[in-house]
Amino acid sequence: MNDLLMMTGIVKEFPGVRALDGVDLDVRAGEVHCLLGQNGAGKSTLIRVLTGAHQPDAGAISINGEQVQLNSPTAAIQRGIAAIYQELDLVPELSVAENIFLGHEPSRFGFSRRHEATARAREILQGLGHGEIPAHRSVGSLPAAGQQVVSMARALSREAHLIVMDEPSAVLDPEEVANLFRVIRGLTARGVAVVYISHRLEEIRQIGDRVTVLKDGATVATGLDARATPTKELIRLMTGRSIEYVFPPRREILSTAPVVLEVEDLTRPGEFAGIGFTVRAGEIVGLAGLVGSGRSEVLETVYGARRAATGSVRVDGVPLRPGRVQAAVKAGVGLAPEERKSQALLLDEAVFKNITVSSMGRFASGGFLNGRAEREAAAQLTTALDVRPAGVEYPVRNLSGGNQQKVVLARWLLRECRVLLLDEPTRGVDVGARSEIYALIRNLSANGVAIVLVSSEVEEVLGLADRVVVLREGRAVHIGPAQDIDEHQVLDLVMEGSAV
Amino acid sequence: MTVEDGARPPEQTASTQATVTPPAAQRSTGLMHSGVGRNLGLVVALVLLCIVGVITAGHTFATGANVLTILRLAAVIGVVSIGMTFVITGGGIDLSVGAMVALASVWATTLATQQLASDLHWIFMVTTALVVGAACGLVNGLLIAYGKVVPFIATLAMLAAARGLAEIISDRKTQIITVNSFVDFFGGSLLGVPVLVWIFLLVAAAGWVLLNRTTFGRRTFAVGGNSEAARLAGIKVQRHTVALYVLAGLCCGIAAVMLMARTTTGSSTHGQLYELDAIAAVVIGGTLLSGGRGTIVGTVFGVLIFTTLNNVFTLNNLSISAQSVAKGAIIVIAVLLQQRLAARATSQ
Repeated sequence: MNDLLMMTGIVKEFPGVRALDGVDLDVRAGEVHCLLGQNGAGKSTLIRVLTGAHQPDAGAISINGEQVQLNSPTAAIQRGIAAIYQELDLVPELSVAENIFLGHEPSRFGFSRRHEATARAREILQGLGHGEIPAHRSVGSLPAAGQQVVSMARALSREAHLIVMDEPSAVLDPEEVANLFRVIRGLTARGVAVVYISHRLEEIRQIGDRVTVLKDGATVATGLDARATPTKELIRLMTGRSIEYVFPPRREILSTAPVVLEVEDLTRPGEFAGIGFTVRAGEIVGLAGLVGSGRSEVLETVYGARRAATGSVRVDGVPLRPGRVQAAVKAGVGLAPEERKSQALLLDEAVFKNITVSSMGRFASGGFLNGRAEREAAAQLTTALDVRPAGVEYPVRNLSGGNQQKVVLARWLLRECRVLLLDEPTRGVDVGARSEIYALIRNLSANGVAIVLVSSEVEEVLGLADRVVVLREGRAVHIGPAQDIDEHQVLDLVMEGSAV
Repeated sequence: MTVEDGARPPEQTASTQATVTPPAAQRSTGLMHSGVGRNLGLVVALVLLCIVGVITAGHTFATGANVLTILRLAAVIGVVSIGMTFVITGGGIDLSVGAMVALASVWATTLATQQLASDLHWIFMVTTALVVGAACGLVNGLLIAYGKVVPFIATLAMLAAARGLAEIISDRKTQIITVNSFVDFFGGSLLGVPVLVWIFLLVAAAGWVLLNRTTFGRRTFAVGGNSEAARLAGIKVQRHTVALYVLAGLCCGIAAVMLMARTTTGSSTHGQLYELDAIAAVVIGGTLLSGGRGTIVGTVFGVLIFTTLNNVFTLNNLSISAQSVAKGAIIVIAVLLQQRLAARATSQ
C-alpha cells in the first residue's frame, strides 16, 4: 500500500504556545489510523492543519505523493479530506438532506433540486446502513448518533478519500459504537482512509490498524500495530511514564456522616420521573445510564438550571428554591457541566477570571474587585491542580480540554462548596490527566464534599462512586453500593432493565 | 477544606502537556491587550483628523474656543455612548437611547416641573430627567430579561413609544426653559472648562471604573461573553441584564439634562439618531457588537473622532450629507482595521 497522506515536520505556533513541534504522520488508503495523545499533545491542532483551518508555520503535506498547500477548508475538501468533529458542525434547523449537501447542493441554473438531493441523501444513508434516518427531518431533532451519521454522510457526499473522526464515540452508546465501527469498516473496504482519534484504548484495538502517538506537539512513535502494541507501552509513549490506569482506593463512608444532599421524587415530564437519592458528606454517588436516560437532566435539575415539576432538593435539610441556580450556589452546590465550552467557561477571559467568577464577593469590597487577591487565589489553585500552561492570565480558550476541566473544578474549589455535581468530568480528557482528575475527585470527597457523578463510562462510575443509581428512560432502576454490582450487570440494567 | 488538602495532585509527576511559555512571551501578550496597544489606531485616527483640521481651517480649528466647542458637542452623545458601551458589552443593544433623551427632556421641562424647579430648586428638573430615563431603561430591561423579547425588538418598540409619548406630552411644541438657575449652572464653566464637559469626564471615568474594577463590570463581561456559563456559575443574569438597560436609560437622562442646558429647550425632536451615533462610536472604539468585550476608553475616542470630523466638515462649509458619507466610511474602515489587528493578535 502506498501513502495517501504524508505530513512531515509540521510546526504550528500560537501566541505563547508551540502547539505542534515537528509532527510526522503518514496514512495509507483503506486503513484506520489511530491518533493517540494526551490533551494538549496537539491532536486537535494537527487535525485543523490537515483540514485547512490552520496554516502550518513549517513542514510539508503531500497527498498521493504530490505536495499540496491546504490554505483553506475548501482546499482540503477539494483534496478529498473531510472531518467529523467532536462538536458536530451541522445546522440544526436544516433537514438531513440539506445538511449533507450543504455548500454543494445539486442545482440547475441556480435553483436547488430538492428531490435529487433527497434521493441521493437516502442513497448515501443506506450505504452507511442507516436508511431509517428520514432525509427530510430536521437534524436538530435527531439523536447524537443520528447526527454523527449525517456528518459522515456529508463527508461521503463530497467523495472524501480521507475522513478524520475526532472522538466519534464520545457521544455514543455501546450499541451505536458497534454500528459506527461497521460503518468505518465499510468505508475502509472502499479504500477510504480514516484517521481515528479516541481516548478509549479498547476501541483502538478493535477498529485500528496502525497508531501514531503524539506527545507535546511532536510524533513520538508512528506505525505501531494497533492490536499488538501493549497498553503499557502506549501509555508510556503518551505520558513518558509508566502508570497503571487505576482508580484511587475507596474510603470507608461512616454511616454517621451527615446527609448533605437529599433529592426526593424529582420529576420533569418527558425527561425523568420519581428520582430520589441521598448523598452523605464524603460520599460519591454515581448516576449511570445511556445517553438520553435523563442523567444530565437530573443533575441540572438538582442544580436548579432546570425547574422540577414536582419533588424537592434539600441541602443540609434546607429545601432549595426550585429552578434557581443562585439558590443552589448559595447553599454550596457547584456544577461542572457536560459541555465545558458552552456551559461553563468564558473562553476569551483569563484563567483567573474563570476561577473567581462564582466567588467574586470574596474579592470585592463595596463592589470593587481586588485583582491582585483574585490572581493570587487563582494561582494557588492552578498550581495545586497543575494547570498547564502555568499562569493565570491566559485566555481559557488556549488551554486543552483536561486543563479547562481543572479550571472549572478550581472555580468550585475556591467556593469551598459542599455538594459538587460532576457531569462527564473526564470527557475529552486523556488517560494521564484522567487519573489526576480521579484523584482530585476522591480528595474532595475525603474532605467531606458530597459528590454526584454522571458518566457514560460505566467503569468510571463503578470505580469512583460509593453508591450507584442506574437510570433507564428517566427512571431509577437500581440504587445500591458500587461494590455489589459489576459492569455487566449495570449494562444489562441500562439496556434491558432486567433484574440483577 | 483547605486548598492544599483538597487539591493535591496525585503522586505521579505530571507530564508536560503543553510547552510552558517563558514569562517574556506572556508579558508581550499582556502589552498587546493593554489600553495603549489597543487604542493606538484610534489615537492615530484622531491625530490625523486634527492635522486635516489644522491644514484646511487652521485659523479657526486650532483655537481653544473651538476645542471647547468640540468637547461640548461630544459631551452629550458621549454620555449616551458610555451607557451604550455597557449594554453592548453585556450582549445587548439599545435602539431607544435617542427617544429616551427626547422623552426625558420633555418631561423635565413641562410647566409643572419647571414651576416646581423655579419655586424650589433646579435639582427637580434633573431628577425628573434621570427618573424618566431610568424608568424607560427599566421597561426595556424587564421586557428583555424576563419577557424574553430580543433586545433589538424591545428597544425598537421603546424608540417608537418614547418619542410618541414625548410628542403627546409636549404637543409637538418646543418647551423653552425659563429656570435661569438651571441654565446658569449647566451652561457655565468650572476652571475654564464647560460644566457639560466635566459631566462627560465624570461619567466616562465612573464608567471606566465600573466596567474594569468592580464585580458589576466583571459580570457584564461574563453575561455578554457567555450568558449560559454565567448563569450556571451563579450570576443573576436576568437581574444584571435589567441593571444594564437601567444604566443606559440613566445615561440618557443625564444626556437629556445636558442637551436641555445646551439648547435651553426640551423637545420631542431632541436626540434624533443618537442610537446610530452611539452604536457607531462604541463599535469603532473596539467594543464587540456580539458582547463580552468592551472598552470605555475606546468609546470616548470613538465619540471624539466623530465630533471632530463633524467640526472639520462644518468649518470647511461642507454639507451635513457629506459628513454622513464620511462617517459611514470611517465606521467601515475602523471595523475592517480592527478585525485585521484582532486576527493578527490571536494568530501571531
